[in-house]
Amino acid sequence: MGRYVLRRLLQLVPVFLGTTFLIYFMVWALPGDPLAGKCGDQACPPAFIERMREEYGLDQSIFVQYVTYLGNLLQGDFGENFRGQEVATLIANAYPVTIKLAVVALVIQAIIGLTAGVLTGLRPGGFLDNVVLTATLFLVAVPVFVTGYVLQSVLGLRLGLIPPTVPADPGFLDLVVPGYVLGSLSLAYVARLTRTSIAENLRADYVRTATAKGLTRRRVVGVHLTRNSAIPVITFLGADFGTLMGGAIVTEGIFNIRGIGGLIFGSIQRLDGVVVTGVVVLLVIVYLLANLVVDVTYALLDPRIRLD
Amino acid sequence: MRSPRVAALLALSLTSALVLSACGGGGGGTTGDAQGAPTISVYGTEPENALLPGNTREVGGSKILDALWSGLVDYNQQGEPENKVAESIESPDSQNWTIRLKEGWTFHDGTPVTATSFVDAWNYVALKTNAQSSSEFFSNIAGFDQVNPDEGEPTAQAMSGLQVVDDRTFTVALTAPSPIFVNTLGDVAFYPMPESFFADPAAFEANPVGNGPFRFEARVPDQNVTVTRYEQWGGEQPVSVGGVEFRFYADSEAAYQDVVSGNLDFLESIPGSFLIDNLYQQDLADRNGNQPYAGINTMTFPIYDQRYADPQLRQAISMAVDRQAIIDNVYNGLVQPATGFIPEGVPGKVDDQCGELCTFSPERAKQQFDASGFTGPIELISNVDSAINREWMQAACVSISNTLGVPCNFVPVPTFSEFLDQRRAENLTGIFRSGWVASTPTMEYVLRPQYTTGAANNNSGYTNPRFDALVNQGSTAATAEEAYALWAEAERVLIQDMPAVAINDQSAQFGWSPRLQNVELTYGRELDLESVTVQE
Repeated sequence: MGRYVLRRLLQLVPVFLGTTFLIYFMVWALPGDPLAGKCGDQACPPAFIERMREEYGLDQSIFVQYVTYLGNLLQGDFGENFRGQEVATLIANAYPVTIKLAVVALVIQAIIGLTAGVLTGLRPGGFLDNVVLTATLFLVAVPVFVTGYVLQSVLGLRLGLIPPTVPADPGFLDLVVPGYVLGSLSLAYVARLTRTSIAENLRADYVRTATAKGLTRRRVVGVHLTRNSAIPVITFLGADFGTLMGGAIVTEGIFNIRGIGGLIFGSIQRLDGVVVTGVVVLLVIVYLLANLVVDVTYALLDPRIRLD
Repeated sequence: MRSPRVAALLALSLTSALVLSACGGGGGGTTGDAQGAPTISVYGTEPENALLPGNTREVGGSKILDALWSGLVDYNQQGEPENKVAESIESPDSQNWTIRLKEGWTFHDGTPVTATSFVDAWNYVALKTNAQSSSEFFSNIAGFDQVNPDEGEPTAQAMSGLQVVDDRTFTVALTAPSPIFVNTLGDVAFYPMPESFFADPAAFEANPVGNGPFRFEARVPDQNVTVTRYEQWGGEQPVSVGGVEFRFYADSEAAYQDVVSGNLDFLESIPGSFLIDNLYQQDLADRNGNQPYAGINTMTFPIYDQRYADPQLRQAISMAVDRQAIIDNVYNGLVQPATGFIPEGVPGKVDDQCGELCTFSPERAKQQFDASGFTGPIELISNVDSAINREWMQAACVSISNTLGVPCNFVPVPTFSEFLDQRRAENLTGIFRSGWVASTPTMEYVLRPQYTTGAANNNSGYTNPRFDALVNQGSTAATAEEAYALWAEAERVLIQDMPAVAINDQSAQFGWSPRLQNVELTYGRELDLESVTVQE
């Protein structure tokens, strides 16, 4: 098991090099001049442009830039963006908010999704099952930005139940609505995945054995059935946590949340390769570690699974 | 069962350690009220550069600088300069100026605002090696070519035209008479700097010290800048608000929602989707405004492309655009059609310079267009990442196509920076969107940077020696009236050549929260922080 974890951690190295180079190269290859908006609508004076290009190494080739960047990164220096802000500070400001948002989304997803899935899975074809199937179909069909704008307008603007945007340093309560919006799509998947898994395992031998042993229904469903059926759902949730961290661009934009999604989006628009690469590096690490946690959790849920 | 559990715990703690190490900073500072006076929040965007007057030319930064600094003069709503820090600005010949400062002005660190504060600041911005983005603003001061030569290193550290007479007086010698010199002095580029700046510019960037009604408090990247009232401010009327938070939004629609629900106090430009059917006037009943400002929307011809080289053709296209239809359909009648190249609100503007050439005249347009022998479709090009550029360009396209009977295609460019790049490289082969805001309220600042030969913002390749001569004569005229007359003449030359089509003068639609009263826009299209009041 220890070797397995170590091997997974070592995998980080090539993935890290590959992603950073690709991202750096792609942002660099975007058309447009990163210094374009510096002087508003007007052209910047040549001396100003010359100094900026020199300061940020834009006069060198992409490979020199990348190697310099990587060298600094390995020393823990994320560098500066074109506005002279420390990328490390930007990330430190943005990360806690995004993590909070992702956790809220994940919790909402897990609670609503799992509950709906278990309830419907136990009685497939029933009234509740049809309601949930229709509702989740609806959730999957509606794009995130529609859910976001509709909830913001209706709850925030027309009914005045919530503030339309989230404050700079939000608490968990402020993030419930954005978290729901962010998690809504996955929520539907979790519900459906759980339902199918439960419905299938309901007929499995071990459930029959457990029931035959005389265990209460609560114990059969709560411990034996749910635990085994949770494996695909956990996989999904684990991978989803990584996606939530990076994929909150739309939601963060709508609710003016100062998180990672907004940071990436703004930086891509401004052709700020240093910021984009820095954030993506962290996202890759989070993604890989989240997957590692999922794989290890398997063994806890099902002792038959071994990881060497 | 044991080892997997340990491993799981290990992995978990690894992730959380990683996650926690990324935490730390964060948290927006709360603004300490100046003697209990209320703090307001204002829409903003992240400044592109450090908060230095000489290095800021874009709106996000200028808005904050205008709260932190007061200049020699301030513009009233008609665009005329009024003395602020200056007591008098006088000249016998429009070339040699004597500037006297008022008493009692101090920087936020307590040091007095003296003649040296201005002279040193201007010399710093002008010096080539400092590479400041506003250096060109000093180009007509004697000695500028030594501190900022076109080629090579500077041969002097200070401009010979600037002399300190005493603590409160300094003189400015220009290379030629400039009747509108005073009108330019309200720009951020001319703000004074305290001694501490020159001692340690880097420390100053982190904690800017101005002489304005508000002092810098904190800046959280991508989140906000907060300022508090400076009680020893040298200006006349007492400022009513205790502090301002410039809150940065990635998306102005979110800001709009915040203003409607009272979560944000001021937004100076309502997003396009809420202008449709004047929706904002319902959402913000009794707390919205519409005020023209000195800006103009234009479409520029790529004159470097032979197909557009004929002025007759360019005039024909101008007459083919139904400006009123664009304004009614896209802007809901909130702006006025342009009648010349100088926007409304610039002193000296002559009304209706353009006449028939800027009026929708389908028959004459068609006639003149057919005579020009232009073939192939007409293309209109614009970036589509901001405002309602796409909408009005598409409307113009429809109107041109209907009038002239040729196909017209709208070509979108995804981002502004890409669009700007292509414009400057002269890569565009169609008519492209352009616009200009006379942030310095002079006709010269509209004509020179955009249309004189080889000017930095002249992206069409337009050149006419007669036009250049008239602009130059105006810049060195003896009196402002003479200058205005010469520039108006230059504008008439421009209209005959028609390097661009003037579409409409611009207008700002803004909204505020129920807390604010006496809301007015400054000449620079910002909330007037000095006159606004708050009722809780």
